[in-house]
Amino acid sequence: MSLAGVPDRVEGLLRELAPQALGVVVRRHGHFDDAEDAVQEALVAASAAWSADGIPDNPLGWLIRAAARRMTDLYRSDEARRRREDLATSWSREPPEPGSGRDDTLVLFFLCCHPSLSPPAAVALTLRALGGLTTKEIAAAFLVPEPTMAQRISRAKRSITESQVAFALPDAGTRDGRLALVLRVVYLVFNEGYASSHGAELERADLAAEAIRLGRLLHDLAPEEPEVTGLLALMLLTEARRPGRTSAAGALVPLREQDRTVWDRGLIAEGTSLAAEALDRGPVGDYTAQAAIAALHDAAPSHRETDWPRILALYTILERRTESPVVRLNRAVAVAMVEGPDAALLIVDELASDGALRHSHRLTAVRAHLLEMKGDREAAKAEYIAAAGGSANARERDYLIMQAAALGG
Amino acid sequence: MRFMLLQNYGGIEGDCAPMYEWTPEEVAAHVQFQVSLNRRLEELGELIDAQGLAGPDEVRFVVSDGVSPLVTDGPFPEAKELLAGYRIVEVDTPERAVEIAAEISAAPGQGGAPIRQRIEVRQVMAAPDPEV
Repeated sequence: MSLAGVPDRVEGLLRELAPQALGVVVRRHGHFDDAEDAVQEALVAASAAWSADGIPDNPLGWLIRAAARRMTDLYRSDEARRRREDLATSWSREPPEPGSGRDDTLVLFFLCCHPSLSPPAAVALTLRALGGLTTKEIAAAFLVPEPTMAQRISRAKRSITESQVAFALPDAGTRDGRLALVLRVVYLVFNEGYASSHGAELERADLAAEAIRLGRLLHDLAPEEPEVTGLLALMLLTEARRPGRTSAAGALVPLREQDRTVWDRGLIAEGTSLAAEALDRGPVGDYTAQAAIAALHDAAPSHRETDWPRILALYTILERRTESPVVRLNRAVAVAMVEGPDAALLIVDELASDGALRHSHRLTAVRAHLLEMKGDREAAKAEYIAAAGGSANARERDYLIMQAAALGG
Repeated sequence: MRFMLLQNYGGIEGDCAPMYEWTPEEVAAHVQFQVSLNRRLEELGELIDAQGLAGPDEVRFVVSDGVSPLVTDGPFPEAKELLAGYRIVEVDTPERAVEIAAEISAAPGQGGAPIRQRIEVRQVMAAPDPEV
């Protein structure tokens, strides 16, 4: 809700209350898609009213009443729709449980990241229903025309309504799998913000900040889940390095060349303590292991003085868990730092000879770097050029061309 | 009015070595030029979109009769004709679009000399004028 002239205090409060209001309205009235529209309209009305007259005594109650009124209006004015909805059997008719507002918000997370939705649909819906962003803001953030994003969101809402999923927390048997989907959606938002290479960044909502906000909300709701804690830690520890990641000229600066004095020490301290907490609670999940690796990088005074043996141990755990070739490629980088480039090249060549990464430019880029470490400049240069040819990220491609150029003729 | 300013791989008039034969400083200067041009067009409210396309190694051509699509994989020897990237600008006059194209064309290359890349300036079709 970045409406011009709305005081920050009102905007902050509205965004905090948005998912709570939606949770209550959906629980009472059902019809997730209409409820979401009604709450959005209530938020717009509230931002105008509260900015002018001040915040009411019970702002959450105000929003819920306004949204409920809108839903009543909607159904009164649309008989055909009403008939359609009467036909739809629905989870919405279940008597409201005396569940807490906190649970309602958590249920919304599970709904918005429902397995029936594609990841981009889940991302958009989560940003709107839980992040309190407008469709316009989400469209701008993903550089998608607003009508396209509006369609994406309304299709997502419809598909949730049609799936007739209960407005309840997933049962114990499916909870872990469903939680993994929620975490993936939040992490996708973060990566979009972090890796973004688009030109027009001036008016974009900061997606990395939005993801961290969602991560904090989720952590408040489910502090006992180690992976929720791990993901929040990972995002904070990665975000902390952002100031060092881009040169003054806008070019990508890889970790090993970053100026570590500009990293955000506050975020590092917070992320490190959360990572430790997640590790203590165990077993070590994917996000927690990545957070622990990020914490070691963030604590190191330089690339060379990083605790590579521990990073290697963590990648080994992670690789065993995920069996992911991408993780194995990252492990190869750690192997190079612990045992030297030859041992790492063996892993990379094995990855290159079969499997999903055979044609990956990331693999070629790592290979180039290892060859450069070895002192084989000619081969390294050829690999950097090949990697640049395969990169679909402009800043990364520029970086790889630069590496090739630096190796001379 | 909107214009699309297109750049092909082969549209370079002068003799220009591939970028990886340049010095790192020359590459940096070229990248810096592109970034600051975009920033300036953005501040002027003229930039709608600027996108580079992934390299021609990955290109595929698709022709279909509606039944069995024929997909041809690259790389192709005639990569020079492929699109490398584009900008879309919204400007008041066609002259302004040409002016921006001229700036893009003169991006710095080796020794800081303009690479004189050929820019294709195409108007994007718009909705019909409601007055007509």
